[in-house]
Amino acid sequence: MSDAGNDTPVFEVRELRFRYEGAARPALDEVSLQVAAGDLYAIIGPNGSGKSTLLKLLLGALKPEGGDVFYSGRRVADWSRRALAQRIGVVPQGEEMAFPITVREMVAMGRYPHLGVLGRAGAEDRDAIEEAMQRCDVTELAERPISRLSGGERQRALIARALAQRPATLVLDEPTVSLDIRHEMEIFELLAQVTARDRVTVVLVTHHLNLAARYADRLLLLDRGTPAAEGAPAEVLSCETIERVYQWAVMVGAHPGPGPDAGAPQITPLAGRHENEGGSGQTR
Amino acid sequence: MTARNAVRLLSLALLLAAALMASIAFGAAELPLRAVIDALSGGGEETTRTIVVNLRLPRAVLAILVGGALGLAGAVFQALLRNPLAEPYVLGVSGGAAVGAVAAVVLGWNLRAPWSLPLAALSGALFAIILVLRIAARAARGFDTRVLLLAGVVVGAFFHAVILLLLTFATAEAYRSAGFWMMGSFAAADWSAALLLAAYLAPAIAVLLMMARPLNLLAVGEETALYLGTRVERVKLASYLIASLLVAAGVAVSGVIGFVGLIVPHGVRLMWGSDHQLLLPASVLAGGGFLLVADTVARTAAAPAELPVGVVTALVGVPLFIVLLTRRAV
Repeated sequence: MSDAGNDTPVFEVRELRFRYEGAARPALDEVSLQVAAGDLYAIIGPNGSGKSTLLKLLLGALKPEGGDVFYSGRRVADWSRRALAQRIGVVPQGEEMAFPITVREMVAMGRYPHLGVLGRAGAEDRDAIEEAMQRCDVTELAERPISRLSGGERQRALIARALAQRPATLVLDEPTVSLDIRHEMEIFELLAQVTARDRVTVVLVTHHLNLAARYADRLLLLDRGTPAAEGAPAEVLSCETIERVYQWAVMVGAHPGPGPDAGAPQITPLAGRHENEGGSGQTR
Repeated sequence: MTARNAVRLLSLALLLAAALMASIAFGAAELPLRAVIDALSGGGEETTRTIVVNLRLPRAVLAILVGGALGLAGAVFQALLRNPLAEPYVLGVSGGAAVGAVAAVVLGWNLRAPWSLPLAALSGALFAIILVLRIAARAARGFDTRVLLLAGVVVGAFFHAVILLLLTFATAEAYRSAGFWMMGSFAAADWSAALLLAAYLAPAIAVLLMMARPLNLLAVGEETALYLGTRVERVKLASYLIASLLVAAGVAVSGVIGFVGLIVPHGVRLMWGSDHQLLLPASVLAGGGFLLVADTVARTAAAPAELPVGVVTALVGVPLFIVLLTRRAV
């Protein structure tokens, strides 16, 4: 499902500014970006740099103080919530169920935007649910309560819910946090497959610079609410930029391959405190 | 609605019908089931028909309606407040109703005009609903359910203090009837009350049942609900108001009957899970059946004396609930 022509960016942000109530400085300032259809777009940056806030503004959960956010050429605030939910699948962070529900019940919620208030689930809905559970490898967990899943299983179930929406766009907030290597890779592989095979546009927030470098088409690096760099991974992930933004000495090499990732920048943090140029480095 | 859930609801409805027949058969004059069926279909003896149609049936219908409303309101409040301890009275509705009712009793209004008691209780409940909502709206931007819960609990506590204050000025007789009102009773049931309540509850119940999917999403989280197409603020406000109005009407006609709204939704959850598309209608049916059984016990166990039905719901309901809870935990 694609509402925009190839030239219209999926998300477009212009001069965005946002401040939390009572905060001294804005959480985001002068942020502009464009996410092209079919891209995997990663937002990176240190803790507290405004990544999750930016996602919430993209999704219309927060209202900007200044600037504009467009989805498919139309202001996010002008979309009905249901129309947006038919197009954008979201995997939020830190969701806590108030009552135990099963994986299948959870994934089935992905169909709600397509059903309306009184609509009955039909064959297409059941197909979408089964297909999403299969792709995320949670079919065998279908009758298990979400609360009894491991971190990786739970994350896959949440992604299955988003895929069950059959979205044109997928937005994820740190989908691989606290996952081991295999589960992390499985999720990034899944996202790559979703963009390549289904032409779904993916926007994600991640702390995993090396995986972002390998899988993302474009990166936005946020530094205390403003863009420090934006572009292809090789442009954004330079040694100077990373050291300046993260305040830590790193070495940037190239992925040795084999595979399609060969040559992607790979970051290795160096041991020991880094003194940056002016000697104004903060103590941890 | 899946076929399995339809069968579950149907079996609950059949149980409820069986409980209705049994409830009508039991009483000061024991009636054989045959006579009950004859009387309901318009035949049989005159006296039997009077007992069944004019005395026991309206009372049973009222118990089912109030029980259904309390079960449903409990399930809705638990989802809205995302709190398993939530129940229909947690937001102060019963406290407001009790202040109204106790004031009517202490001032002797109910002796002059019998309808003044339910009317005073309803006014008190509506006052409580509006007061809690205004406090919550003033304390936080939007509609923060955590603030709502706090506001409801403190307003309820305040009302209870007012009740105690009123009771210190009450005569012994007023004290006793206020006490009985607060424990709940269907002794005053008649057709006009039952029909009035049915007309009032039916649309409210229908609207809440249609909110099953948004409530499923709210129980997962407000952010998720938004991203899955819910107008979150509207759903929260509507479910709070409608569920509160259900409770207000129930309390006005039958007093404060505890535990139904807490344990019925949890009982259904323990058996069949937390999908509100099943939980909400099942809570209506199970709540109605449970309160009907409790009221039947209340009027027959110590006949000719009547037990307060609110006492029976706790005495019968809590052990039943503990069985469900522990059986599940193994």
